[in-house]
Amino acid sequence: MSQTTAAPPKGASEGVVEGGRSEERPPVTRPRKPRDWKMVVEIIAFTAPALILFAMFVVWPMLKAVQFSLFRWKGFGPLVDFVGLKNYISVLSNDVFIGALGHNLFIVVASIVIQLPLGIAIALLLNRKMRFQGILRTVVFVPYVLAEVIAGVVWFQLLQPKYGVIDSMLAVVGLQGPPQGFLGTPEYALWTVMVVITWKYLGLAIILFLAGLQGVPEELHEAAQIDGASWWQTQWHITIPLLGPTLRTWAFLSMVGSLQLFDMVWILTKGGPANATTTMATFLINEGTKRSNYGIAGAASVILFVIALTMALLYQRFVLRRDHATDEPKEKSR
Amino acid sequence: MKKQILALAAVASLALAACGGDAPAATSDPTGGATTGAGENVTLRWWHNSNNSPGKEYYDKVAADFEADNPGVTIEVTAMQHEDMGTKIEAAWQAGDMPDIYMERGGGELAAKVEAGLVKDLTEPSAEAIEKLGGSVAGWQVDGKTYALPFSMGVVGFWYNTELFEKAGVTEAPETWTDMFAAIDKLKAAGIEPIAVGAGDKWPAAHYWYYFALRECTGDVLDEAVKTLDFSDQCFVRAGEQLEKVIAAEPFNAGFLTTPAQAGPTSASGLLATGKVAMELAGHWEPGVMQGLTEDGKGLGDKTGWFAFPQTEGQQGDPSSALGGGDAWGAPADAPDQAVDFINYLLSDEVQTGFAENDMGLPTNPNATSAVSDPALADLLKVRDSAARVQLYFDTAFGQAVGGAMNDAIALMFAGQASPQDIVDATQEAADAEK
Repeated sequence: MSQTTAAPPKGASEGVVEGGRSEERPPVTRPRKPRDWKMVVEIIAFTAPALILFAMFVVWPMLKAVQFSLFRWKGFGPLVDFVGLKNYISVLSNDVFIGALGHNLFIVVASIVIQLPLGIAIALLLNRKMRFQGILRTVVFVPYVLAEVIAGVVWFQLLQPKYGVIDSMLAVVGLQGPPQGFLGTPEYALWTVMVVITWKYLGLAIILFLAGLQGVPEELHEAAQIDGASWWQTQWHITIPLLGPTLRTWAFLSMVGSLQLFDMVWILTKGGPANATTTMATFLINEGTKRSNYGIAGAASVILFVIALTMALLYQRFVLRRDHATDEPKEKSR
Repeated sequence: MKKQILALAAVASLALAACGGDAPAATSDPTGGATTGAGENVTLRWWHNSNNSPGKEYYDKVAADFEADNPGVTIEVTAMQHEDMGTKIEAAWQAGDMPDIYMERGGGELAAKVEAGLVKDLTEPSAEAIEKLGGSVAGWQVDGKTYALPFSMGVVGFWYNTELFEKAGVTEAPETWTDMFAAIDKLKAAGIEPIAVGAGDKWPAAHYWYYFALRECTGDVLDEAVKTLDFSDQCFVRAGEQLEKVIAAEPFNAGFLTTPAQAGPTSASGLLATGKVAMELAGHWEPGVMQGLTEDGKGLGDKTGWFAFPQTEGQQGDPSSALGGGDAWGAPADAPDQAVDFINYLLSDEVQTGFAENDMGLPTNPNATSAVSDPALADLLKVRDSAARVQLYFDTAFGQAVGGAMNDAIALMFAGQASPQDIVDATQEAADAEK
């Protein structure tokens, strides 16, 4: 093979190869077999490390999770106690898991309902020309940059009943926090976690929205102003609709993140008090590492995965598709 | 809320196991063909959790002494932080790559491993040491055979701040729960929070229920329960009723439902160490933990007091029974025989005395107990050694699956959402799933 590619002058060899091949294949592409083969090797060589890593650390553990979910397994010894779908039944009939699913859905909805309007409002404000714009943007983004564990520990201390900063501040204005603290009272715990999550992730929404705002053409604003539209009318009728794709992408990230929520809850409440803040992820970690029910944990992780995947696909199909659909006709018309 | 969480949540518990693949845990030989017999070179891997001074240096010296006395044996010592070690041991079991000497917690977890043929039987090669340790080894025995030797054992009781007790006018340590309720009232009247409990971590709350079960149930009932996982005896319900009375008296620190056990100055141990509450139910580790949580490194210092869990009226359990537990050395089934020799050496009078002198724990070898110098710990040691029964913590004794369900249900009672019967039912349900 090396002879054909290396030896003869370029023009001659190409002519021969092309002539020989053109009868067998349509002449539109210029197939050169040695290079095709080389390309395949190159593709394999360049993607193999990533594929191997992906297979080892993503595909393999996922398959293992499915395998564990079909056995009763304590975390040591061989997998011998096959129980079929029993683990799935026990997870789906477990009140704590069903409660956890409800908490996850609450967080999905609450994240969007709270963060979306807040995020848009602050992004619109920060998008106006003003002094200290850079500093303000940084300040808004800081919580997102903080590690989740650190943010969690800080908030846990702030929310300490009696000795914590929040309770002390409330005392100054003559109010009193609940005796068990905001995190320790089942009725308030999930809402309190929600406040901390909002504090932590609002910055991401704002930065994304600001980036989206950069893509809104200035001429449209000018045209609207010439037509006599107020600032609010311009934002409502022009800016926000054009921000659509960004909002939908953000909502997607928020949804997937909310379904998988683990670290913040684990640090603030460990899923307590009285399971008031359990999420599917804290449930499966508790079953796996605290109770050594790795089979149950496996089943819960598969269920979490299926729920997240289904919701992601549905979202892709019914919401994000609008964004792709508007692109496609343009492509075809060219 | 990013992708890391997927990694953590969905993969964490599984990825560890996946790394080990299907390698049969019982048959792999991690030491690379270490065989028995004199004159051959053997490397023993030993994991322990004494990772700070003076314990780390002491254990290094112990290993070196053993090597000097046993030519051909090399000991590879790895000192780890306690929680890290726990995680690593769990992963090592899953991967079938255990060290030759490891720390075994005993109880139901050990029984499950014994059933799978993963742990070495020490009954014969350690007969002499077992004889000396007496009843302490009970928690590490399965069907009359001993699988690990406890080197440190303590009992749970109330640690208290003598100064705050005096301030509130509590002159004598409570002996019964009637005394205890009176003390709680006095402390509250003096504006002092009586008890800290780290119910956020669940097990510190669960210790109350365990202790009431120990007070209410006879030893026979408990032995039977550990063996058959049957909780139908009414004494388990009575344990919950006693606990309900305590919770109703509201003696606990503000926000106890989310308070962690030992992490940071606002944890239960931290509140006791910094003088914010008067007492806490905890094990023999408490003075050490408190030292780590105060700036001067002294904990409560000479204000530290200790008393046993109070008695209840009409109880059926032996009044001297105590709840406790400890750490033991065990070896995987495939470890070379020299590992057992080393374990025996670790339990010898000489090593245990040094262990006590360095304040590394409460020795189990009776010939070493006199070396414990701390007065509060010496009190506790007296209670331990005169106890009719030292009951291993229930969550360990029953294994994690049953113990975890039990702890979760007890934590629910602390939150006012479970009745005495609910605790028994949740425990029985988890136990039935094990059968």
